[in-house]
Amino acid sequence: MATVDLKDVKKVYPSGIEAVKGVSIAIPDKELCVLVGPSGCGKSTLLRMIAGLETISAGTVAIDGKVVNAIGPTERDIAMVFQNYALYPHMKVYDNMAYGLRNRGTPKDEIDSRVRSTAKVLELSALLDRRPRELSGGQRQRVAMGRAIVRNPKVFLFDEPLSNLDAKLRGQMRVEIKNLQRKLGVTSVYVTHDQLEAMTLADILVVMNAGLVEQTGAPLDIYEKPASTFVASFIGAPPMNLLALTGSSSGPILADGTAIDFAAPETQAATLGFRPEDADVTFNAEALPGALVLPATVEAVEPVGAESFLHCAAGGSRIVVRVSGRANAKPGDQLRVVAKAEKLHWFDQAGKRVD
Amino acid sequence: MIGQSPLRTFIAHAVLILGILIVAFPIYYTFVASTHTLQTILRPPLPLLPGGQLWNNYSEALFGGIGRIGGVSVGRLLLNTTIMALGVAVGKIFISILSAYAIVFFRFPLRMTFFWLIFITLMLPVEVRILPTYKVMVDLGMIDTYAGLIVPLIASATATLLFRQFFMTIPGELVEAARVDGAGPWRFFFDILLPLSRTNIAALFVILFIYGWTQYLWPLLVTNSNDMNTIVIALRKMVSFADADTEWHLVMVTAMLAIVPPILVVVLMQRWFVRGLVESEK
Repeated sequence: MATVDLKDVKKVYPSGIEAVKGVSIAIPDKELCVLVGPSGCGKSTLLRMIAGLETISAGTVAIDGKVVNAIGPTERDIAMVFQNYALYPHMKVYDNMAYGLRNRGTPKDEIDSRVRSTAKVLELSALLDRRPRELSGGQRQRVAMGRAIVRNPKVFLFDEPLSNLDAKLRGQMRVEIKNLQRKLGVTSVYVTHDQLEAMTLADILVVMNAGLVEQTGAPLDIYEKPASTFVASFIGAPPMNLLALTGSSSGPILADGTAIDFAAPETQAATLGFRPEDADVTFNAEALPGALVLPATVEAVEPVGAESFLHCAAGGSRIVVRVSGRANAKPGDQLRVVAKAEKLHWFDQAGKRVD
Repeated sequence: MIGQSPLRTFIAHAVLILGILIVAFPIYYTFVASTHTLQTILRPPLPLLPGGQLWNNYSEALFGGIGRIGGVSVGRLLLNTTIMALGVAVGKIFISILSAYAIVFFRFPLRMTFFWLIFITLMLPVEVRILPTYKVMVDLGMIDTYAGLIVPLIASATATLLFRQFFMTIPGELVEAARVDGAGPWRFFFDILLPLSRTNIAALFVILFIYGWTQYLWPLLVTNSNDMNTIVIALRKMVSFADADTEWHLVMVTAMLAIVPPILVVVLMQRWFVRGLVESEK
């Protein structure tokens, strides 16, 4: 059981490319921290630096209060689950799980009991004599998990472990990983580009972009108060609607000239945002004071079942509105999109949140 | 097979059978000759059916010693050749797998220089460097020794490149998983790399064993005494310009026996050999 502390960690490749530009994260004991971001944002590099598979150019990585910059992956007492599982193809499931323990000189009978009890937890007991190529994707994933768990390490590292599974299995494994992590109480770092995975798994969510941390916090806090337009558009599916604002003498107006007829924050705001589920549509023309009202044209309707997404052209850009159940609008309809003022998010010129 | 018309099948089989006859008949004829007395062979025509001298001829060759090559038995020749072929095959695999391991998995100064050095030796087969090599062997006193037969043939750029290509297909994640699992370079090599290379090693072994078995020029140079000859060299020495001076029945026996070990190696390792050429087990 351990904490993981990153202090101003940087990674500069010999080619001069700066993959991680100074990241500080403190992960408390037993918590699951998810690093999320688009590809190339440095999240995998960061994970590999924690693992010791990549050298650290500057800053410190501490596991359990001890700086581990200079020690190798073996001595850091971590276990890693790889994207392609990286199972040893020539070894049986049993040996795959036992390999790390054998290398550490664990007594034979202890290896046996640990492998068997881990296999039981992961429902792998019947598969111990199989080789990886005789397993399905989900089973391989489980073996990769088992290989990590059986060692009982201080920290688990997951590098996009579910991205090779189909959608249904991914949902299932997500829940399983979460339960397992909670049950074992092992501090974990989990890298993914899937915001849904990030939201559902994380105790602490770290949104990264271009080698820097955009925002750190509890998933729902981030969802409700995104610190920047990047976070707003990355977290949530469909993403937050963002409308560009221009200033005028009478206050901010939207790109298409629609005036904002209620109080905007005092600071100059450049972007206005609202979540698809925080808006509604109406065909009526009554005045709605204290709300953002946008005349909109429906461009597409996506019925998902429990909800429908209306894709509309409004305020000079394209927005998405979520309505529950069936939508009574069809493409081409003219209607009004209404969002309550308290559900609006404001961002400044640099894309930072303004409250 | 596309289409299964009887005519097609007939032609295909006819071609195959003809091919087999062309390849197999000389071998059969050699076998027939090896079962007759010298007199029968020298008095044409040679019969097409095996004679009754099988046991006599073979035991004389294997255990008796053959006059033309100083009374050395074929058994001794087979032993020499086996030692040489095994030495060359095992040594080549050993050296090339280690050098490929170094080149692929380690970062050290001049790594690419070493790689290109190995690559360049592809252009320098034994025949090209034969004089300096011979001089070195003489100076080292390795004429008429097994080491002299084996060592100059042991470095192999081809095998090194083959292993390099194979090692480069091993996913980086597997290497990293092993590192996280606490496997150092040696552990990784023995526990993971070597088992994964099994089929490649088997395929290479077959090819290299036969390469070593059929070597002619180098053994001819480096062995002077008859009891260090390889079977191919001995076979050549047994044939005199004068027909009457050549013990043809024993030549035929020796030829038959020279074929057997390579065939055994191919047959016994066929399953591995084919797998090594067709799939890389991943």
